[in-house]
Amino acid sequence: MSSLRRIFSFDHIIRSLIKLSALITFGALFFIVGYIFIRGIPHLTLDMFALEYTTENVSMLPAIITTLMLVALTLVIATPIGVFTGFYLVEYAKKGNKFVDLIRITTETLSGIPSIVYGLFGMLFFVYRLGFSYSLLAGTLTAAIMVLPLIIRSTEEALMAVDDSLREASFGLGAGKLRTIFRVVLPVAMPGILSGVILSIGRVVGETAALMYTLGTAAKMTDGLFSSGRTLSLHMFVLSNEGLYVNEAYAVGVVLLLIVLAINGLSTYLSNKLRKGE
Amino acid sequence: MSKLSIRNFNLYYDDFHALKDINMEIGEKEITAFIGPSGCGKSSLLKSLNRMNDLVEGCSINGEVLLDGKNIYDKDVDVNTLRKRIGMVFQKPNPFPMSIYDNIAYGPRTHNINNKARLDEIVEKSLRGAAIWDEVKDDLKKNALRLSGGQQQRICIARALAVEPEILLMDEPTSALDPISTSKIESLVQELKDKYTIIIVTHNMQQATRVSDKTAFFLSGEVIEFNDTDTLFSIPKDKRTEDYITGRFG
Ligand SMILES: Nc1ncnc2c1ncn2[C@@H]1O[C@H](COP(=O)(O)OP(=O)(O)O)[C@@H](O)[C@H]1O
Ligand SMILES: [Mg+2]
Repeated sequence: MSSLRRIFSFDHIIRSLIKLSALITFGALFFIVGYIFIRGIPHLTLDMFALEYTTENVSMLPAIITTLMLVALTLVIATPIGVFTGFYLVEYAKKGNKFVDLIRITTETLSGIPSIVYGLFGMLFFVYRLGFSYSLLAGTLTAAIMVLPLIIRSTEEALMAVDDSLREASFGLGAGKLRTIFRVVLPVAMPGILSGVILSIGRVVGETAALMYTLGTAAKMTDGLFSSGRTLSLHMFVLSNEGLYVNEAYAVGVVLLLIVLAINGLSTYLSNKLRKGE
Repeated sequence: MSKLSIRNFNLYYDDFHALKDINMEIGEKEITAFIGPSGCGKSSLLKSLNRMNDLVEGCSINGEVLLDGKNIYDKDVDVNTLRKRIGMVFQKPNPFPMSIYDNIAYGPRTHNINNKARLDEIVEKSLRGAAIWDEVKDDLKKNALRLSGGQQQRICIARALAVEPEILLMDEPTSALDPISTSKIESLVQELKDKYTIIIVTHNMQQATRVSDKTAFFLSGEVIEFNDTDTLFSIPKDKRTEDYITGRFG
């Protein structure tokens, strides 16, 4: 009787439910990762890392290099703009400033837009209107607009998490605003800002919809800002879409997964460091 | 002439009249205590003396604060130089998340002292001045956040001393500390008196009697009574001061 009551007690039910959902979450992740690894690893041949893409080897090396270039260029554009905007919003703008409200609403809206919409905008504006055609440049600019809200938000949050008493201490010693920001605020906020930047990398690496009609899907290595290419994600998408190379698509999936896991790990590590306030 | 003269000073947070017509003369190398119930404006006045209130949105003032006869609110006054001359120690210890050495050297570096030997000298002198040198001298590279609360507060005092201020403003510097750290800081304040003019906010009346030469009693944004500490506590002139110091205040 008493054990029956224990089984049906409210507390017990809640606990079981929590355990169950944890199990489902973990199980799903484990299943997906395991499945892709089992399907993909046997096809992860040396051929797939050949310098030149051919229809025989369907090499992913050009895609890896294009991904790196796209990520680097996107960060070069989005990081300074995003970080400076975040600094402006938190450190310089006065409360109730209309312009600030506008930037906040814009970033919030931008971060909620599905990435295919960025893709369409990029295609209509950069590819056709500005005549960049499918190119690294069009892809970079589109990706930069897409990750900008992420960088702005994480910069803002990192700055707002910096205790005001530190700013007061610095001003109280006769330091000016710039010195206070660079010597006191920035070092403390750095892990948070970096983790936003790293999340952006993850976003760009995993993106397909926004890049398909801007960067394009050329299989060769891009040879300049105005030439098309494909990122790893796009490569995987195209391979599985064509239907001939499903196994190879899984092999690409393995590499992609490893990259994304590494990026997430790095970001978690940095935000833990932030929380400890070191 | 007094070191600081506060004349017809009023302070507003938007429409709220937080300080009402304050007049006060503060002598050189005296310790002045501000006492009164919380919310009566002690911190607001303290922050007005080195213009930390400039940072508070919606805060406006009128009246004068004369430092050696010169109004600190004049247009030609450089706030950073002013804050170098009038240092501040806050209620909650707020060392920077960096080494002890860098904490102390932050102020001097701000004011363009970069010579290593000179900085070493200032760091040692300031830590000695704040009675914490012996506890940290072997560990100057240690992150200041790893010290105890009482040690952190003395680091903050040392950091303030490092820019060689003339006046030290302390806003309830012991309210977050244990009794032993508190008594260390109180005796430190006594020692500092030889060199600095000190204004200390406290809600602890024993502390005011122990450390200060003069005491000002605040109530609802007004200075009710300002007198020698001994006099104010033994024969208060105002009924409200008496009620407060005898603990009868609602
Ligand atoms: N930044 C601020 N904005 C609006 N009101 C404030 C602000 N700071 C203090 N006040 C108000 O001013 C009054 C005096 O505050 P304060 O100077 O902090 O008092 P004390 O230090 O004596 O406790 C209080 O009523 C408080 O609510
Ligand atoms: Mg106060």
